Amino acid sequence: MSEVKIEKLCKSYGPVAVLRDIDLIVEDGSFVVLVGPSGCGKSTLLRSIAGLEPVTSGKMTIGGKTVNDLPPAQREIAMVFQSYALYPHMDVYNNMAFGLKFAKTSKAETDARVNEAARILQLEALLKRRPRELSGGQRQRVAIGRAIVRKPQVFLFDEPLSNLDAALRINTRIEIAKLHKMLKATIVYVTHDQVEAMTLADKIVVMNKGCIEQTGKPLDLYYKPVNLFVAGFIGSPAMNFLSATVQRAGSLTLADGQSLSVKLPAACTKDDKVTLGCRPEHMKIGGDPDLNLRGTVDIIERLGETGFAHVRLTSGQTVIVEVRGDPGIRSGDATSVSLDPDHLHIFDLNGHRVGDGGSGSA
Amino acid sequence: MKKPISAFLVHGILGLYTVIALAPILLVIMNSFKARKAIFGAPLSFPTPSTFSLIGYNKVFSDSSVISYYVNSITVTGGAIFFTLLFGAMAAWALSEYKFRWNTLLVLFLSIGIMVPIRLGSVSIIQLIVHMNLINTLTALILVYTAQNLPLAIFILSEFMAQIPKDLREAARCDGLSEYNIFFFIVMPLIRPAMATVAVFTMIPVWNDLWFPLLLAPTGGKQTITLGIQQYLGQYITDWNSVLSALSTAIIPVLIFYIIFSRQLIRGLTSGAVK
Repeated sequence: MSEVKIEKLCKSYGPVAVLRDIDLIVEDGSFVVLVGPSGCGKSTLLRSIAGLEPVTSGKMTIGGKTVNDLPPAQREIAMVFQSYALYPHMDVYNNMAFGLKFAKTSKAETDARVNEAARILQLEALLKRRPRELSGGQRQRVAIGRAIVRKPQVFLFDEPLSNLDAALRINTRIEIAKLHKMLKATIVYVTHDQVEAMTLADKIVVMNKGCIEQTGKPLDLYYKPVNLFVAGFIGSPAMNFLSATVQRAGSLTLADGQSLSVKLPAACTKDDKVTLGCRPEHMKIGGDPDLNLRGTVDIIERLGETGFAHVRLTSGQTVIVEVRGDPGIRSGDATSVSLDPDHLHIFDLNGHRVGDGGSGSA
Repeated sequence: MKKPISAFLVHGILGLYTVIALAPILLVIMNSFKARKAIFGAPLSFPTPSTFSLIGYNKVFSDSSVISYYVNSITVTGGAIFFTLLFGAMAAWALSEYKFRWNTLLVLFLSIGIMVPIRLGSVSIIQLIVHMNLINTLTALILVYTAQNLPLAIFILSEFMAQIPKDLREAARCDGLSEYNIFFFIVMPLIRPAMATVAVFTMIPVWNDLWFPLLLAPTGGKQTITLGIQQYLGQYITDWNSVLSALSTAIIPVLIFYIIFSRQLIRGLTSGAVK
């Protein structure tokens, strides 16, 4: 078992709290992605798990063993750094074998493990090269290989793909997913890229300002974000938010006076100020007049089959609407936008989700 | 592209300087191969078949004490380089890597060592060495030279260490290396060019020094070569053949050291700038 369990973890630099009351369980064999804007504490959390940062309070166990006061080496973790952190003065073989040498692993065993890792990562031909003679993707694979040979309980990845170019990033992402499947390893992975998070994770942990905002399966986060932050963070382009007032059950008034017929959760009462959220992919130009917003097209970004229309509503707010094919509108046109009633999100004044439904929002 | 005239000027000045710097050395080497009469008769001429003589070299190398002076010099210089590099690198690593209470103060304190010449403390150094019973030992010289060179060594090395990426040390920590092993297996190999630079800076003044050998190890067969040569400089008669031969040969070890370090040295001096 290599479950990672974190209870009430806090860390502060002097008076500045960077991690606040983190509770997190990483199940054995699962792939957990920590995601959030820069400075949210996700890297600090990862480094705390690795033992590279001391924590202020709280408890941390790896595989049932309390590791709070253990140095990194005894935590049975392996970390892959964003900068790869390969030893520049050693060849690929020695980079991977280096940790084993200090763990007093026999020569034969070291050989076997390094060769196995090299085979998995297709590094066999490169074993005698120095890191500076490798491309970015190869370096990344060596860094992963160095982690694999140590057979750790937990793999920690700190933004491993950030330094790769776009095409390589997609490839390596798939490689990592395959690797996880093959090794059945427990992985904690930090990224700010939500595509990586959505595609790789069994469980995503969204962090903001040192706190965990929401933990859940990728699609749960997408369909049922618990608050405005998660709603805005997951999904690209970001969810549109419109402030509104509850008029009566089933009707909302927007800031500019337009009203919308929406099935509202029971918790909403008259005159509640709420935020209505709807993703660009759940909006369309024209359509149902009951859920219609009037506005002017600002710009249309064409990505090919799909595109995004930026529509300025009469309230002055801009919403982004996904369009498919040829929407028949141009910049400057007056248009109307309709919302998909099954994919509306209602948030209260504090930014918390009202009701539980993502679908039907009832 | 520079204009040819200014390039000519620059090279002219540099060339002139080189000639001025090298002329005395050339003069010493030239005259060391001449018979005594020729040294005084025509000091500026090259040795000719009629004036050529190896008498100085013969005398110097048949004198067993001179050989031991060479050994003394090599021991002292080698020892001073070794300890300066070892302790300098360790201290630099501690000061650049670890945060502790007196860190900044300690750095400032060490930089005073760069500014104040150690010779100002000669009297107390002699007293200290006498109390430690180390007068006329090479140990005394090695200790003093190590102390003399440490501040600059720490200063240079910590600049280089600051350039070692943090991730690298942390990767090593994850790999299970102790702090000492990180130092010896990761940091030391990576700052090799810087260490070569420090080695050269350490070596030349130590090899050429006359002051401390004269104060701390003037007798007892523990003289270094620079001091040992003085025995040929008499009040009434100076054995110029021997003096010049000994001086000429004294250049050789420094040259060998320099050649060993120079490849690394050039990388060390430029690596900060050209990255």
